[in-house]
Amino acid sequence: MDSVILRTATRFLYPLLILLSLVVLYRGHNLPGGGFIGGLIAASAVMLRALAVGWDEIKASRILKPIALMQYGLIIACVSSLIGLAVNNVLFQAVWLPTWYLPVIGKLKLGTPIVFDIGVYMVVLGFALLCAKSLDSNNN
Amino acid sequence: MLPFILIFLLIGSIVPVLLKDKSNFMGRGLVILPALASFVCLCIAGGEVLSSGQSLIWTREWVPSFGLTIGLHLNGLALLMGLLITGIGTLIVTYALGYMGGKSGTMRLCSLLYLFMFAMTGIVLSNHLIILFIFWELTSVSSYLLIGFDHEKASARRSALQALVVTGLGGLALLAGLILLNQMTGTWMLSDLLTGDYQVAGHPLYTGCLILVLLGAFTKSAQFPFHFWLPNAMAAPTPVSAYLHSATMVKAGVFLLLVMQPVLGGTSEWSHSLMIAGGVTISIALVYGLRQADLKKILAATTLAVLGILTFLIGIDTKYSILAALVFLLGHALYKATLFMTAGAVDHSTGTRDIRLLGQLKKTMPLTTPAALLAAFSMMGLPLFFGFLGKEYVYKSVVGGSWLTIAVLLIGNATMMVLAARAGVIPYFRKSIGDLPKKPHEMGLLMTAGPLLLATLGLVIGCFPGLVGPLISFAYTGIVAGAEPYTLSLWHGVNLPLILSLVTFALGFTLMKVLRPAAAGKKVNESTFADTVYEHVFKFVLMVARWSTQSLQTGRLRSYVIIILVSSCGLILWKLVRFGGWPTFEGIGQLNPFITILLVAMTIATLFAVLSKSRLTAVVSLGVVGYGVSMIYAKYSAPDLAITQVLVETLTVVLFAWVVRRLPRYRKLSTGFERFMDTGLALIMGGVMTVLMLKSQGLLFGPKISDKLTQMSYPEGHGANVVNVILVDFRALDTFGEVCVLAIAALGVWALVDKVTTKGK
Repeated sequence: MDSVILRTATRFLYPLLILLSLVVLYRGHNLPGGGFIGGLIAASAVMLRALAVGWDEIKASRILKPIALMQYGLIIACVSSLIGLAVNNVLFQAVWLPTWYLPVIGKLKLGTPIVFDIGVYMVVLGFALLCAKSLDSNNN
Repeated sequence: MLPFILIFLLIGSIVPVLLKDKSNFMGRGLVILPALASFVCLCIAGGEVLSSGQSLIWTREWVPSFGLTIGLHLNGLALLMGLLITGIGTLIVTYALGYMGGKSGTMRLCSLLYLFMFAMTGIVLSNHLIILFIFWELTSVSSYLLIGFDHEKASARRSALQALVVTGLGGLALLAGLILLNQMTGTWMLSDLLTGDYQVAGHPLYTGCLILVLLGAFTKSAQFPFHFWLPNAMAAPTPVSAYLHSATMVKAGVFLLLVMQPVLGGTSEWSHSLMIAGGVTISIALVYGLRQADLKKILAATTLAVLGILTFLIGIDTKYSILAALVFLLGHALYKATLFMTAGAVDHSTGTRDIRLLGQLKKTMPLTTPAALLAAFSMMGLPLFFGFLGKEYVYKSVVGGSWLTIAVLLIGNATMMVLAARAGVIPYFRKSIGDLPKKPHEMGLLMTAGPLLLATLGLVIGCFPGLVGPLISFAYTGIVAGAEPYTLSLWHGVNLPLILSLVTFALGFTLMKVLRPAAAGKKVNESTFADTVYEHVFKFVLMVARWSTQSLQTGRLRSYVIIILVSSCGLILWKLVRFGGWPTFEGIGQLNPFITILLVAMTIATLFAVLSKSRLTAVVSLGVVGYGVSMIYAKYSAPDLAITQVLVETLTVVLFAWVVRRLPRYRKLSTGFERFMDTGLALIMGGVMTVLMLKSQGLLFGPKISDKLTQMSYPEGHGANVVNVILVDFRALDTFGEVCVLAIAALGVWALVDKVTTKGK
């Protein structure tokens, strides 16, 4: 599949979609969204890019390594659970930092659930990518 | 002090791993040192215990919510057993270094020996029953690794697995037994059980508890009908046999019986089962032993017989018989470890263990010969040796009892004399008969020091029983309620036990003349009837497993789906019919127009998917169904679900678009009948799910959990989106499990597809 329109559109859409997935990831705690949905959006973005320019470019990427993504995602989720154990002596108990106020974004609340969600995001993205990549490698 | 004894042994299991197999003098010293340190530690603690007359107790919390503590205690029995384990253990590790002689695996063997020593010391020191069980299982596991040490040999692997299966099953029974014991007495602490007065004999759980505990003890101590694994365990290297299968591990069962006897003993069930199992084991073992020609098999048979005698003595269940068991146990550990070590030396030196070939080794092995001779004399129970004392006390404890018990022990001891002569005297003194595979030579100091030391010890404490008297007496008063301290002495005057001893000698020497080992070169039947039974049961279990696996795991996706659907349908229907009653069909008429249109569209799409002749059409139709579902979610205000559903549907279709080109042409692979059946199953499943949905609508539960979670979401979870708060906070552990599953599934897909691809190339 080689389409100039798709390629050009993807060049703009891809970063936007990734940004969207990150926004959805962050806002998930209060509005629809979260790591699962964010990860799926990111996966759709990567697949769009794969459709437009092929897998080679994605394989060359240093960030989009599916197995590494899943690995580090699981490690991050695990570590976030251990923070609760270290602070409150209860595994997976949420630990929140004091709320910060930033310009533009407004209230910024950070805590282990968000870290955990980042882990979920990475595993879901890695999962979708690994499946897609394996199925596609059949083509070559 | 107590934990250090264990910690040293644990260090000991790590040290050898860090060293090379061919170590110099320093390296070997480092390997031996931890066992020695542990032994010294125990001696110091033992001195404290003996002088104060109080047992040491050390306790640390482990899981307080379960009442689980790491409790250790050192009483007389633990001290006696512990000294044997660490003392003989030190000598065995030394011996093992010489035996392996720097071959590859030397350090692996030492490390495993230490692991075992740790487990075994743990058993005797542990105060909490559950801790005792954990160490108990650890001995099974480490003995599995040790028996199967020569894992290239099929026979070693089989024997190791057999020992593990038998003792592992016994271990499970023991766990259940210990739990029942706790139910009856309300305590987990051995120190309480030994000193307290618990009336358990009439308790409804008593019989069950007794059977389970005895199963544990009998499998470990190889009592009838589980005796068959012990001779097979001789597949292990000789240091292992000397340590595990004579001096220590098999004594674990006896140890358990000794500490359980104050609580569970005193009933006729206890006495009868122990005496019968012990008596039968003695007879089987000795008949088996007389037929054997292999030095190690003969020794294994006598070990079985001794374990039988010990069980028998504990079964007699008088104060005196327990004392006799303790004396006998000590004597046996000393001479049997020696005999095994000398047997290993002979094997090493001549290349054979067949007693029909061996002879005249006294000329070539001047250090091993006296050790073997002294140990054999102690085993025969000749005066001035500790074995004599053991036998005297055995007879003393049965005098006045039934003639049958006396006869069993008399014949048993006489036959043991024959076997002792075959194992410890004949190979060294008889005229040489056959040509040996190797030219005999004496072993180095590493392999001779241990046996010589132990054998001499047997003679010294036999002459001066006062040396170990306080130890035995303390062990005895610790486990027998109301026992008075007892002073061991050599000479009790002319009495019935002495006469019985003399009769034993006469009978033993006669049997030595009468019974001759089988002729050289003849094949000896080394398996027993029970072993054959085990083999058949084992094969049967494997057969059932194979059959059930093959009939369930067909490898066809269709049959897996059928099994899953039919069983879940069946279970739901059974539940509905049996308990719930059918749901009512109220409120079905009131459908929302939006939903109705969606449903109609989804139904049409489903029909398209089923009837389509093209894969792409089918997938797109399924996608339509999925989008329809997500619309329904959105309609009923579940935006998170709706978004997820839309994304998943999209990704599925995209993924499929990649694959579809690779797939072969669309063909019909199933027969018309199969499709008809599948249609029926699908309709039934759909119907059942519908009924279930309707049913859940009509059910009234208590306060909904979702309400509570919604309330808690903002104040406690700091989030307004309750779905997400549940996912990442309230039920984060579940989510963590799910993402793990995702990762594993992805790896599975990758491996599967990758394999297919490489195969294609």
